[in-house]
Amino acid sequence: MKIADDNPPALTVLDRPNSYIGRSVPRPNLARLTQGRAQFVSDVTLPRMAHVAFARSPHAHARIKAIDVAAAKAAPGVIAVVTGAELSKVITPWVGVLTHLKGIKSAPQHAIAVDRACWQGEAVCAVVARSRAEAEDACEKLAVDYTPLIAVTDAETALDPATLVIHPELGDNLTFERAHTAGDPDQGFAAADVVVETTFVFGRHTGVTNEPRAIVADWNPGEQRLTVYHGTQAPHMMMNLFAKHLGLEEHQVRVVTKDVGGSFGIKVHTYADEMAVVALSKLLKRPVKFVADRFESFVTDIHARDHRVKAKIGVKNDGTITAWEIDDLTGIGPYSVYPRTSGIEANQIVNLTGGPYTCPNYRARARVVFQNKNVMCQYRAVGHPIATAVTEGLVELAAARIGMDPLEIRRRNLIADDAYPASGPSGIKFEKLSHHESLAHLDAMMNYAGLRAEQARLRERKIYRGIGFASFIEVTNPSAAFYGVGGARISAQDGATVRLDATGAVFCHSGVTEQGQGAEAVMAQCVASAFGVPIERVRVITGDTDNTPYGGGTWASRAAGIGGEAAWQAGKALRGNVLAVAGSILQAKPETLDIRKGIVVNADTGAERLSLDELARIAYFRPDTLPAGVQAELMATRHYVPRAWPFAFTNGIQASWLEVDIRTGAVTLLKHWCIEDCGTIINPQLVDEQIRGGVVQGIGGALFEHCLYDTGGQMLNANMADYLVPMAAEMPDIEVGHVVTPTADSELGAKGAGEAGTAGAPGAVMNAINDALRPLGAIPLTDMPFTPEKILRALGKV
Amino acid sequence: MALIDITAVINGETVRESVEPRRTLVDFLRETLGLTGSHIGCEHGICGACSVRVDGEVIRGCLILAVQCDGARVDTIEGVSDSGEIADLQAAFEKRNALQCGFCTPGMLLSAQALLHHGNVPDRETIRDHISGNYCRCTGYQAIVDAIEAVALARAGARK
Repeated sequence: MKIADDNPPALTVLDRPNSYIGRSVPRPNLARLTQGRAQFVSDVTLPRMAHVAFARSPHAHARIKAIDVAAAKAAPGVIAVVTGAELSKVITPWVGVLTHLKGIKSAPQHAIAVDRACWQGEAVCAVVARSRAEAEDACEKLAVDYTPLIAVTDAETALDPATLVIHPELGDNLTFERAHTAGDPDQGFAAADVVVETTFVFGRHTGVTNEPRAIVADWNPGEQRLTVYHGTQAPHMMMNLFAKHLGLEEHQVRVVTKDVGGSFGIKVHTYADEMAVVALSKLLKRPVKFVADRFESFVTDIHARDHRVKAKIGVKNDGTITAWEIDDLTGIGPYSVYPRTSGIEANQIVNLTGGPYTCPNYRARARVVFQNKNVMCQYRAVGHPIATAVTEGLVELAAARIGMDPLEIRRRNLIADDAYPASGPSGIKFEKLSHHESLAHLDAMMNYAGLRAEQARLRERKIYRGIGFASFIEVTNPSAAFYGVGGARISAQDGATVRLDATGAVFCHSGVTEQGQGAEAVMAQCVASAFGVPIERVRVITGDTDNTPYGGGTWASRAAGIGGEAAWQAGKALRGNVLAVAGSILQAKPETLDIRKGIVVNADTGAERLSLDELARIAYFRPDTLPAGVQAELMATRHYVPRAWPFAFTNGIQASWLEVDIRTGAVTLLKHWCIEDCGTIINPQLVDEQIRGGVVQGIGGALFEHCLYDTGGQMLNANMADYLVPMAAEMPDIEVGHVVTPTADSELGAKGAGEAGTAGAPGAVMNAINDALRPLGAIPLTDMPFTPEKILRALGKV
Repeated sequence: MALIDITAVINGETVRESVEPRRTLVDFLRETLGLTGSHIGCEHGICGACSVRVDGEVIRGCLILAVQCDGARVDTIEGVSDSGEIADLQAAFEKRNALQCGFCTPGMLLSAQALLHHGNVPDRETIRDHISGNYCRCTGYQAIVDAIEAVALARAGARK
């Protein structure tokens, strides 16, 4: 293990000559994005393409008595008006459950509501027209007769016997419940000198991808094929689901994903309106396009977080943590989202809480309940921001109570760097983490002692600045343990096919996808390094189920660690194949040769023997000149899935430095630091930018973002003027550093980095606010987002 | 709906079209002219993805109607790319990875160009303020600020 700076030297343990591993090479696909020449799904047009608009329920819960479609059908440009009942003859409903989440239940969900709408925004009728504007005009002419029903909106009372059961056939409003006890929490609390107990609240928020969800479905009856241009993170998963629910074979469906305008977990789920689009295309035998507008996005894109966690920590006066306890409650809307379920976030909170620390005494309960609000599901860093803020909030509250420095209490309780393999209190397994080295690195990087001195000086001038920390762990590189074992056809493995073309350039077809993280750059780096060509000679193809190996896509911080390893192995395999041909041409043993900078060389001296261009010319056009029995195989495919560990956990620590204006309650972020350990760093710049973007997304949840609902289930701020997202002026500069602990589960040793920033930032900001206000005797703030109003209330000023 | 004839100079080309009065400029650019580099993120003037230049001013393409642009000069990302006007900004964004998904990037580049147009070298706070009308969900903004700052300094250096 070593500390790496932000720009580690070119060569790493993956010691190939001219290696690109560990180098900040630019992404190959940027110029088309900067020039406005990208192809987002919202840009796609096809011959005979029609547009769909949806009439959506204005009620959180209502019986649909009748829909009068006559006026809409007669409106200009209208091609079809289709109700939920009519569409249910084309596409079957689904139920979002997985067998490994014991007891999880949900009700069948239709592409368009049939008889009943269960949240404000659920589609109740589709209008297909020549243009989107005409479709929207005609939607206005639909007369939907609703009988409003009681809306169940408060998760706290969803399980009360007096509360309406949203799906009577399920018996109650409980989606999923998990209880876990480890060690001896009662004895742990009894042994504590101090027990700190509080309730953490995490507001509902959502992804707000800059490009809304978009899909163009094209059913061609002549080919009996469905081509779907889809802004998705998981093309093969969607291929399977479109086929399954339309009654097609998988090979009849092709999902094409080019540029995607932001995803963050929003675009990895089954959306009812998107299922309606593929069904409408099948019904109407022509391409149908749907792009959510921003208002639709707010009430139909999955929401996330919205957890209430009662939490308790026991600690001795010497800082030793003796026990943890959490009781989590979350309301996930009327359906568990298909196919990943809406039980995963709560499940992750049980898994991750207390995870960085040695204390084994742990009691947890999580309950997931139905309600009549928009659905919730997995969004960037699933469960991590909550588990981290709860854990780290408890640790800093406990430290304050016993008068111990917040870094010192961590030093005394974080799992030692030489204690691995180790387990967390929930039983999660860690191959090797670096909490202490990360903490030491952070301490130095931020000049902690200097900042504390500055803080003290400023307090004398009644300027209140705070320092907050959050140690964290992050689940990356998931094996089949995440979804596959629960019965979902979501690939844990991924593949790469590498092909030498006739001029010596290389194509890499990968099952992972690109939504801006830089997956295509990482694939190119892995192939160029393993095979031995300049990176400009590698062309990466992703996002097409007809033309890439079967794979999972890009989510759960898996693209670099899993897709990258497959690309690395495929590059090595092709090198072997090419050197076999080179050996026969050059009358040399293949093991004495290598490929460097696109040229076959002597492995020992580096002397040039044969260009790849010439080798390919012979193999493709003059194979008659090769010895009898020599068949050049200039294409190789390799797959990879982690097997030794269910997940490659990463770790790190973040710090926030901020100022609270105690007159206005406004928080000014001054600086943010993150040390993280994602194992081998393939591209330092891309890792750092994932961290920075993730931190800012986490800050959004801590300070601004909140899907506000009234008690009747109406979302009150479903627009970008009222739903606040982080903008440039409010965000601080973020300093990123690394510790490098490769996983031994792959040759590359790379773990994921996409969610670490989001995992730790909210907890660090919360702790910094409370640190700033502690000398004023403020009630600790634990209810996100921390608005000026909440801060003034904590100070007793309003 | 009665159509209205308009004539406008779009990226240097004179365009005559009949448009619905209700059609926004960005829909006109994207759907009528196929200029899909201007993006639609919110359609209510917040996100800045549809930023284009009308008679030299960067405006929201979703808050202006196409018919209001009769007689105007409109520049989009396609135009300023082809002309080379912002080549240094584009190169800096690419080098610094100041974009991830790239959906905000055309609007962000036009905003940046408006800031740097007068040849000044703004400080980081000024850059952050100026691009506060352009929403980026991916980068956390720091890389964008770095790229704009680098171009401002380079342009200033080139003038010396």
